Amino acid sequence: MGEALHEIALTVNGVVREVRVPGRRLLSDCLRHDLGLTGTHVGCEHGVCGCCTVLLDGEPVRSCLTFAVTAGGHEITTVEGLAGPEGELSPVQRAFSECHALQCGFCTPGFLCTVTALLRENPAPTGEQVVEGISGNLCRCTGYQNIVKAVHRAAELAAEADATPARTGEHA
Amino acid sequence: MTTRLFGEPVQRREDRRLITGQGLFLDDLGRDALAAAFVRSPHAHARVRDIDVSAALDVDGLVAIYTWEDLPERVRDPLPLLIPHPALTHGRTAYPLARDVVRHVGEPVVMVVARDRYLAEDAAALIEVDYEILKPVVGIEEAALGSHLVHDDVPGNVGAHLVQEVPSRAGLGAGRAIDAAPHTLAFRLDIERSASTPLEGRGVYARWDADDRSLRVYSSTQTSTSVRMAIAAKLGLPLPSVEVVAPDVGGGFGVKIVHPWPEEVLVPWAAMLLGREVKWAEDRREHFISSAHERGQVQHVRVGFDDEGHVLGLDVTILHDHGAYTPYGIIVPIITATQLLGPYRIGAYRVEFSSIYTNTVQVTPYRGAGRPQAVFCMERTMDRIAAHLGLDRAQVRAANFIQPDEFPYDQGMVFQDGRPLIYDSGDYPESLRMLKEMIGWDGFPAMKAEAAARGRRLGIGLGCYVEGTGVGPYEGGHVQVTSDGRVHVSTGLTSQGQGHETVFAQIAATELGVPLEKVSVVTGDTRRFGYAVGTFASRAAVMSGNAIALACRKVREKALRIAADALEADPRDLEIEDGLVRVVGNPEASVPLATVAVLSNPLRYAFDEEAARATQFSGATPMDRPPVPEGEEPGLEGRDYYSPVRSTFASGMHAAIVETDPDTAEIRILRYAVVHDCGRLINPMIVEGQIHGGVAQGVGGALYERMVYDGHGQLLNASFMDFLMPYATEVPAIETAHLETPSPLNPLGIKGAGEAGVIPVSAVIASAIEDAEGLPIDRMPISPAELYELRRAAGR
Repeated sequence: MGEALHEIALTVNGVVREVRVPGRRLLSDCLRHDLGLTGTHVGCEHGVCGCCTVLLDGEPVRSCLTFAVTAGGHEITTVEGLAGPEGELSPVQRAFSECHALQCGFCTPGFLCTVTALLRENPAPTGEQVVEGISGNLCRCTGYQNIVKAVHRAAELAAEADATPARTGEHA
Repeated sequence: MTTRLFGEPVQRREDRRLITGQGLFLDDLGRDALAAAFVRSPHAHARVRDIDVSAALDVDGLVAIYTWEDLPERVRDPLPLLIPHPALTHGRTAYPLARDVVRHVGEPVVMVVARDRYLAEDAAALIEVDYEILKPVVGIEEAALGSHLVHDDVPGNVGAHLVQEVPSRAGLGAGRAIDAAPHTLAFRLDIERSASTPLEGRGVYARWDADDRSLRVYSSTQTSTSVRMAIAAKLGLPLPSVEVVAPDVGGGFGVKIVHPWPEEVLVPWAAMLLGREVKWAEDRREHFISSAHERGQVQHVRVGFDDEGHVLGLDVTILHDHGAYTPYGIIVPIITATQLLGPYRIGAYRVEFSSIYTNTVQVTPYRGAGRPQAVFCMERTMDRIAAHLGLDRAQVRAANFIQPDEFPYDQGMVFQDGRPLIYDSGDYPESLRMLKEMIGWDGFPAMKAEAAARGRRLGIGLGCYVEGTGVGPYEGGHVQVTSDGRVHVSTGLTSQGQGHETVFAQIAATELGVPLEKVSVVTGDTRRFGYAVGTFASRAAVMSGNAIALACRKVREKALRIAADALEADPRDLEIEDGLVRVVGNPEASVPLATVAVLSNPLRYAFDEEAARATQFSGATPMDRPPVPEGEEPGLEGRDYYSPVRSTFASGMHAAIVETDPDTAEIRILRYAVVHDCGRLINPMIVEGQIHGGVAQGVGGALYERMVYDGHGQLLNASFMDFLMPYATEVPAIETAHLETPSPLNPLGIKGAGEAGVIPVSAVIASAIEDAEGLPIDRMPISPAELYELRRAAGR
């Protein structure tokens, strides 16, 4: 006899997705294997490495510690949803590439989601706040130095982007 | 002038897909594949008496259960011993599934295949294995006593025993040189286990095409070509019917060079047998208990030296823990033994190691591969000599340096590639000068005293290393220019985040004079390039970089020949710039490389406008010779190989300032400085990234990471909760400086850079803590609790 399935609807990267999952299905597995959004990675399955971090109603969560059924009715943003509608990279994505803040790229989606939320909360973090803000994500390749640099750079890029339309407004 | 991209901090071309979630790692493939899971031994040493699968048979979605008994010939045989060595007299490898005895916790016993991983694990949990528990052998020295055996037929648990001796110039052996020295010291050093721990574990995904009778396997491996040969041999398939692809790989650091893993044989075999796609992705606990570890050694050192600190004789005896099996031979202790001398010229050297079986996870290379232990030994020795003589630690090192005019310098041993250990180039005095300046070595005593006056405890330490990189036997490169002007580069070795797509494209773009955007690079895909060795030993840039450069030079030469015909010019008067072949000094006379590619392939059929130029009525080829001239081949492409006579030796020196808390014994790294010499830099941004990552792993190995086995052979910290991998909060800012002494051994003058960062870190941190505390530090890693105990034992 098969497991009981639950029908849930969740909004992922702005699109409503309906899916039938067993109660024990992890959100990470649901995103990756049921919805085919494999950008979210799984590095430990016990909530320590942070690779599986996604945004649930804007807040970073470990999708490997979240049951898919509990995400029903909520908004989820994964790494696939960070770029703009035309595929333009977000400031955080641009900064990670510019600062060589990734090597193998496996932990990167978790960092990108974490940092996106961090900068939304605090658009101009201090050095200490940046280190603290990313201290729940493991990276085995970079030694973090360029990730820290990238967070500061992303803050700069985001500030520039915010400033640009404002200036246009003044002229108009 | 040509397009200069070699040496520039070019942004990585692999980033776009990785930051948008479009990378394809192993478990991102095969969405509809069946899933495999394994029942693994919960005991370190036991006999399998019976396996009862009956309770698992009712699990919904179960497809198959396999034990060793179910495996056919060849598949059931022990896994290969990859690197045989005459000293490895008792090499042993595991069966893909346990045959009768399990020898470490985590050894695979039963394979389950089901509709998805949840169901496969449900079934695995219901399989009952009846074990007769045997006495576990844990701990190097315990094992070396030989009172209980890991393998019944390996007396004393000794897998290998090797002695290398280099007498002094006067012909004195190390023992006599030490006895005759004005000063002698003897001491013991310990290094504990750690592991590569990439954030993506291992994984295998196999597709059997029943119509084509061919197999495609994806593996998160550091060597797809060799996995392919192993699978073809194990499954009895013709080599051309098997293809292996390394997709995006989420870090390797050594553990993924081992092959074939049990799963790399079993998953493809099951896929063939079932006629279904099958996939297995390792979970984190599996990675801890069933992949590989490294580092664990006990070293006994005896050294003799003169009043200036010149080492007259050095004798090192190493007990190396290689775990339960030796699939990768004795490469790790060989590297420890042969790289121990570092940048120094030593009077006489004798090194002896015994490689010992224990009932623990097997030991195979992890970034640095035996060198961190070697450097720990040599650098602790240098510090002890300095302390004994009351000399400055940097001064003692300088007194022993090989000088720049002494290269090539023969250390008189056989290296891990079976070739003479001859250093090709370097400038150690300059490295030390740069390092001392960076860290402020000479001003430190004042800084330390000032801090002490305010109740703070600071210490400074340094460490030097030489790293044999770019080991053979060879790598190859293939370069093809197509009629759209694009350049397709492939090489057989694999990538795990090193940025090969970028640096190999930089090399090709520079050699061919084309814009970087025109170049694409494929690695680790046997469909594109079948001959390769793999990515390990800081060899990818040296080996494939040079092979690709050589292949490009062939292509360039051919392009100039064809263009010379088209332009009615002498090939020697031509240059390629920005994808255009032109006559030097006459920019009007030019032909695009794309057109040269068209002309290189005489056609009958015009499939597009560009191709029409090369068809038979176009007049493109003279009537007095065949369309493809003798000795030529159609197409603008080239293939070449680079096979070095021996390894090239990179080097570096690190220094750190640490602070230890007088009350809590907490250890904090305040500054960390690196001087690094890997010959000519292809991309300084990427080299720096490699150093950062290496140092971070070194900091983990020095202060946080260890594999805690209890007396029963249970790994007590097999999770990221308990195995303390550094977060951003634990890794200091790393200051770097580069020195470039080109290698005379290869056309590009480069040396490897991948492992360097990790190598001296334990030695450096030990040196700094010792300086802060005034207590001898002779085992690493060191935790605050251990430092606290050291203080107590010393009555402080």
